[in-house]
Amino acid sequence: MDLHLRHAAPTDDERAAVDALLGPPRSAWDGGERGDIRDAHTAAGGREAREQRHLLLPALRALQARVGWLSETGLDYVCARLNVPPADAWGVATFYALLSTSPRAPRVLHVCDDIACRCKGAAELIETLERTVGPAHSHAPHGDQVAIDPEGAVWMRSPCLGLCDHAPAAFVQEAGVEPREFLVGDAAAVILGEGEGSRSLRRSFDSLRSLRMTSNGAQLGMTSNGAQLGVTVDIPQRGDPALILLKRVGVVDPTAISAYRTTGGFDALRKAIEIGADAVIREVTDSKLLGRGGAAFPTGRKWDAVAKQPARTKYLICNADESEPGTFKDRVLLDGDPFAIVEAMTIAGFATGCERGFLYIRGEYPLGAERMQHAIDESREHGFLGADILGRGVRFDIEIRRGAGAYICGEETAIFNSIEGYRGEPRNKPPFPAQAGLFGLPTVVNNVETLANIPFIVLEGGAAFARIGTEQSAGPRLFCLSGHVTRPGVYEVPFGKTLRELIELAGGVANGRTLQTVLLGGAAGVFVGPDELDMPLTFEGVRAAKATLGSGVILLFDDTVNMSQILLRIASFFRDESCGQCVPCRVGTVRQEEALYRIASGKPLGGVAQEIALLDEVGLAMKDASICGLGQTAYSAIESAIHRVRVLGMT
Amino acid sequence: MTAASQPLVQLQRPTHATDQSRRMSTRTISCTIDGTPISVREGTTIFDACRQMGTEIPTLCFLDTLHPVNVCRVCVVELEGARVLVPSCSRAVEEGMVVHTNSPRVQHSRKLVLEMLASSVDLSTTPNVAEWIAEYDAKPERFGPPAPPAPAGTRDASIAGHHAPPNPDFAATVAEPTKIDNDLYVRDYAKCILCYKCVEACGPDHQNTFAIAVAGRGFDAHISTEFAVPLPESACVYCGNCIAVCPTGALMAKTEFDKRAAGNWDESRMTATDTICPYCGVGCTLRLHVDEGEIVKATSPLENAITQGNLCIKGRFGWRFVQNTAAPAGSDVGNGRH
Repeated sequence: MDLHLRHAAPTDDERAAVDALLGPPRSAWDGGERGDIRDAHTAAGGREAREQRHLLLPALRALQARVGWLSETGLDYVCARLNVPPADAWGVATFYALLSTSPRAPRVLHVCDDIACRCKGAAELIETLERTVGPAHSHAPHGDQVAIDPEGAVWMRSPCLGLCDHAPAAFVQEAGVEPREFLVGDAAAVILGEGEGSRSLRRSFDSLRSLRMTSNGAQLGMTSNGAQLGVTVDIPQRGDPALILLKRVGVVDPTAISAYRTTGGFDALRKAIEIGADAVIREVTDSKLLGRGGAAFPTGRKWDAVAKQPARTKYLICNADESEPGTFKDRVLLDGDPFAIVEAMTIAGFATGCERGFLYIRGEYPLGAERMQHAIDESREHGFLGADILGRGVRFDIEIRRGAGAYICGEETAIFNSIEGYRGEPRNKPPFPAQAGLFGLPTVVNNVETLANIPFIVLEGGAAFARIGTEQSAGPRLFCLSGHVTRPGVYEVPFGKTLRELIELAGGVANGRTLQTVLLGGAAGVFVGPDELDMPLTFEGVRAAKATLGSGVILLFDDTVNMSQILLRIASFFRDESCGQCVPCRVGTVRQEEALYRIASGKPLGGVAQEIALLDEVGLAMKDASICGLGQTAYSAIESAIHRVRVLGMT
Repeated sequence: MTAASQPLVQLQRPTHATDQSRRMSTRTISCTIDGTPISVREGTTIFDACRQMGTEIPTLCFLDTLHPVNVCRVCVVELEGARVLVPSCSRAVEEGMVVHTNSPRVQHSRKLVLEMLASSVDLSTTPNVAEWIAEYDAKPERFGPPAPPAPAGTRDASIAGHHAPPNPDFAATVAEPTKIDNDLYVRDYAKCILCYKCVEACGPDHQNTFAIAVAGRGFDAHISTEFAVPLPESACVYCGNCIAVCPTGALMAKTEFDKRAAGNWDESRMTATDTICPYCGVGCTLRLHVDEGEIVKATSPLENAITQGNLCIKGRFGWRFVQNTAAPAGSDVGNGRH
């Protein structure tokens, strides 16, 4: 492979950003100064250079954070450093929503436009921004000489930011030498302040800069320079002694390893190493723990399959790419109890024979990434990670990889491609990850919440865990209550509670209004009606009711909501987040959105009934013929809204 | 610890398909396809097993000389016990599999996939597709009238995760003006079904040039050079191997494109003659497509063991001297009279 580069010099900022990640170049072959005669007698490339490919996304993120967009010279320099063809890098860069491939102001406000935030005024916030600030930022065509105001600011719409308990939410990216990223809760109040419409976006940014964002008395997203570590995260059940997964959240300082250890931290890791890998897998199998990311696969069986693989190198991935609309449980765990995730990953790595783990966290969770990095560094320093864990010769380490705005990267094979530096397109299965996953090697992929159960299982035993909950649904479960509910937040309950009990736990429908419908399991889940609240929220209970728990979303819509707009937003979400690889999903999500748009705008083709028939046909093809779960479930929620809750009044 | 300090084992670009499908063993696997028992060698794909029994499965993105990417989903078949349909082009046959290649579920998905493609892409130069549309009773027009072409550069400038609201009067299409930026071939992405073949041929499967890649996301995904620069500014070496694998005519030699535009392209009156490329010592088989005594296109047969359908810029485009009738001054060479 010959790289066709422009060899146009990167700006000082671009070079500094990339070199900070990769170190200085070694020769002209990998982006260094040209003209040194010694370079004419050596050559770099081949396997060693190709092994750098997995650093492509981190390098692109570094450029974005420093400069605010990816210029031709910046991309060219990254390609030279990593030996990646520019067209390939372009394909990766244009895949991610948080990377800008055209000139853009350094400060960007991403305003959530998704279903949970729409229950809390997101549409009004966006309408106000459009009216007072101007239209959302869009791509400047290639070749346009767009002057960037170094103090400028733009706003854009965003899919669910995982801050539904503090809706409406926003996410701020601020590029520069000291880049900042943070989530903003209660964004309407924060951004618009009292003098609605009178402020420019720029002034909003100035106020954001100095603001300490508070909500329910707790501070949320913070700066990324570590100065504000130690901020607590709030949950409604804070301090409840019955909690297992959330017991430390909001109570124990998430930045202090000493606080973690005095509350039982790393006891499970010590015990795991004592009893041995086989015994750990046996306990996890006995616990009947099922994956909490949405697919509900038995964790013990997954671990066992990887442990049995003869390959010498295997990988563990903790999937923290939580992006399902209405889901924010993993954020609370990452922000509130990061050491527990480190410990759980280490136990998983030890049990399955992985020496290297990746934590893939969505780009919109800067605080979680910062807390996790801190926890990893501290743990390594104290001998809980590294080449000789607890002095017992166990080797395991964790590396954080941050996403850049792509829901699909949470799919268990797309996450491999994203980490390897390719477009986050799902792979065909088989082969399954346990056989050929990350870098083609056996890989365990577990969701954050799944792993959070592990320390308890190891300490108390699989049988004790299996006694919690019901026969087929063991253990505690996190539910994300949002929308029109009195006390939105993450709730931990043992499996077996009904939907009604969960809603009552969160204070019922907000403002005493009437419940119209509940979305269970997220945008890929199912709408249920107010007559189905006695459904037990167990795997067997929802299966019997032809519903799903998905990622634990319980999103309430009261009778004021125009559901055809909500369905349209869900369709729009899938159209935006489809990777575009396979035809049923790439075109099907477009046709689905078009049909719902025609219905919502009163222009149905041949009547609403005909449009619904069309939606059913498109939905079935997406479900049957798409490569991955995104396309296969893209019609699920819409189908249930139409046929189960009958929000369009037909059928 | 920087990430760079721990190099990873990097395999060749991970292909979407199982590589096992290409590794042939001598073991025999038995399965049932459409009620007929069949034994095939281990590693054979369902697609190839069907072919061996004489059942042709329609496909757009599969080609024998490329890794299967299983993205077009035209070749899906039903597998008893499987939750969803499976792509026959990349799924290896397993012992005891029961496959249905034309069940109602299969027919439904094929029909919808054809409707989705035909309603969003110009398939006018895609071989076979008209017959399939008739066979599966696909009605692409039921999604509404196709949207007019987007202005040049619009699709190149799409932003991942953002799109304009739909237009209730039209069904979205990928239509855009043809990209003509060099003398040798054109890129008419209004005809692109995103089968990934050109990217594979340009990249790891054949040419190793990597001048093009899939860029953007979702319906806005498209084939692009870096920053959508014109081909002459890109890494393209004009081997034309992307043209050779393009199933829809989106990539087309300029000579063919011009003749088609002039309404002067009629394959029924053309002849094809195999010869050996006159340039280097490799001796690639060259198939010359001749229209009324004039060479209009050069290809190489896919099944040729040496080329596998590939050529270089000279073989693919360097034949115009043959019919150069303008003789150099003071010479009678070049007009066929020497």
